[in-house]
Amino acid sequence: MGFFADLGRWFLENWSGDAGWLVRIWQHVEVSAVAVVAAVLVALPLGAWLGHTGRGGLAVVSVVNIGRAMPSFGILALALPFTIWLADTVWFIDNGLGFAPTFVALFALALPPVFTNTWAGIRGVDPEIVEAARGMGFTGRRLLRDVEFPLALPVILTGVRVTAVQVVATATLGALVGYGGLGRYIIDGFATQDDVRIVAGALLVAALSVLTEAMFSLVERRVVSPGLGIERQTTVPTPETRFRNGEHPEAVLS
Amino acid sequence: MPEPMISLEGVTKVFPGSAAPAVDNLTLEVAAGEVAVLVGHSGCGKTTTLKMINRLIDPTSGRITVAGEDVMTVPAPELRRRIGYVIQQIGLFPHRTIADNIATVPRLLGWDRTRIDERTDELIALVDLDPALRNRYPRELSGGQRQRAGVARALAADPPVLLMDEPFGAVDPIVRSRLQDELLDLQRRLHKTIVLVTHDIDEAIKLGDRVAILQVGGVLAQHDSPAAILRDPAGPFVEEFLGSDRGIKRLSLMPIRDVPLEPGPVVSRAADPEEARAAMARYGVDWFGILDDGNLEGWAWAADLEQGPIASLPARSFRVRLGYDDSLRDALDTVITSHTGVAPVFDGERFVGMLTAEAISRELAR
Repeated sequence: MGFFADLGRWFLENWSGDAGWLVRIWQHVEVSAVAVVAAVLVALPLGAWLGHTGRGGLAVVSVVNIGRAMPSFGILALALPFTIWLADTVWFIDNGLGFAPTFVALFALALPPVFTNTWAGIRGVDPEIVEAARGMGFTGRRLLRDVEFPLALPVILTGVRVTAVQVVATATLGALVGYGGLGRYIIDGFATQDDVRIVAGALLVAALSVLTEAMFSLVERRVVSPGLGIERQTTVPTPETRFRNGEHPEAVLS
Repeated sequence: MPEPMISLEGVTKVFPGSAAPAVDNLTLEVAAGEVAVLVGHSGCGKTTTLKMINRLIDPTSGRITVAGEDVMTVPAPELRRRIGYVIQQIGLFPHRTIADNIATVPRLLGWDRTRIDERTDELIALVDLDPALRNRYPRELSGGQRQRAGVARALAADPPVLLMDEPFGAVDPIVRSRLQDELLDLQRRLHKTIVLVTHDIDEAIKLGDRVAILQVGGVLAQHDSPAAILRDPAGPFVEEFLGSDRGIKRLSLMPIRDVPLEPGPVVSRAADPEEARAAMARYGVDWFGILDDGNLEGWAWAADLEQGPIASLPARSFRVRLGYDDSLRDALDTVITSHTGVAPVFDGERFVGMLTAEAISRELAR
């Protein structure tokens, strides 16, 4: 019982100030959000365009998936000398520790699933519907914007949601390279053998992940057309039904 | 013949990686306001032919014109917005409401909102869709309703030409038959130039003003009116394609009006029994019809003549009667199931003559 009492006290005593959990949550959300937004800005247009044209997509998916095989921890380690060098070279990056390497690792983590799901979602749009649209006089660009993209949206958003949750969980590692965030409590807790701090940090990360998941689910329900049916918003369709022959990316998140 | 609305001149399509052409040197003209049906087994190139008209597939060689304009000289999206397109699974956009689906081409053409809304309402009424479905999504509609919405969408910008690829393939036979009737009814009002692809010869016969039968490899086996094809099939392929009940199919296209009718064993109320007996003998039957002032009142048995003068006989009413515009297909059914082998034909209420099974078979042999 003593432990839980300590835990409760910890939350009451450590919410404010520069090392308080409010600030730490904000730091955690900040780097996660920037990484996810950056990944979406890069991967979504690229995945959508390659999915639309159907050219070179599979090759890019393969390359991108090499990235997925690399552990975020390793990327973090690799990113560190790179960001330190960047901070020395580029005027607007003043610190090669902390935010920059964390961002690089999370960006690398987020890019492949967002890209793959976008690409696969667009490829998975019923070819009959695409041809009907072409037959009515859609140009390529409008076809992508008005037909393929909205139809692929459930798959794309699922990709973004799962990615965001993963990024939030992984942002914890930022503490290893001098970033703040909730990982601080876990890393510092280990260093000082402070179990209460470790558990408190872990609980906060878990809560933030669950919150992220819930928020994205809400967004999905809001932006996906009701015509696509509720069942498609909560689960990713099975590859067998969604993909054409020969295009069977195992990479699709489930 | 006036300028055809659609013309294919020596059109060939060879798909990359395939030695045999999918469509081979096809020449075909479709007149304005006509329903042309392309029919054949799968792999005969009928869908390929259709898709070359709106350039979803580009021909390898040959020339296709729509309204006198070479389709290759028009940017494809622009061309397609002028041609209505209906496909088998209808291809309605699942993420858009029925109204938005119908408004697809007007939106592409940049019509203003009011005009689009008015046109959408007009089309929903035209294809007989329940206006309550306006804001529903395709998955909430039945197959027949979706098909109507698909036709409405194709007609939205009032294109002179409509391409339909197995438009009734996805609905059950009863609904299909009703939708076919509706299409014919719609066509009588709109006079579009329609090219329709089907594998169903009965559908082709029912809908087509002219039917083009294609053989595997996109070779035109015959192109003519359904009646002419059924009467005079060009070769064994067409004959086999038409099926063994070709005669019956022909009958469905012929109205009774076109067949010379017999007066039948009919006498007037004022006639004497000898006249009635002579009439019966002429037709080899044991009954006669009774005419009163040109009206066929009914009939009586030969034995009834014993009971008194014809003028006083009670007229038995005919259990079968045919309309002048009924098809011979329906008439045959009536005639062979009536034990006398004949049926009276009426033009409205006016008796016009008797139709016999022999007359029908004589007509088929012509």
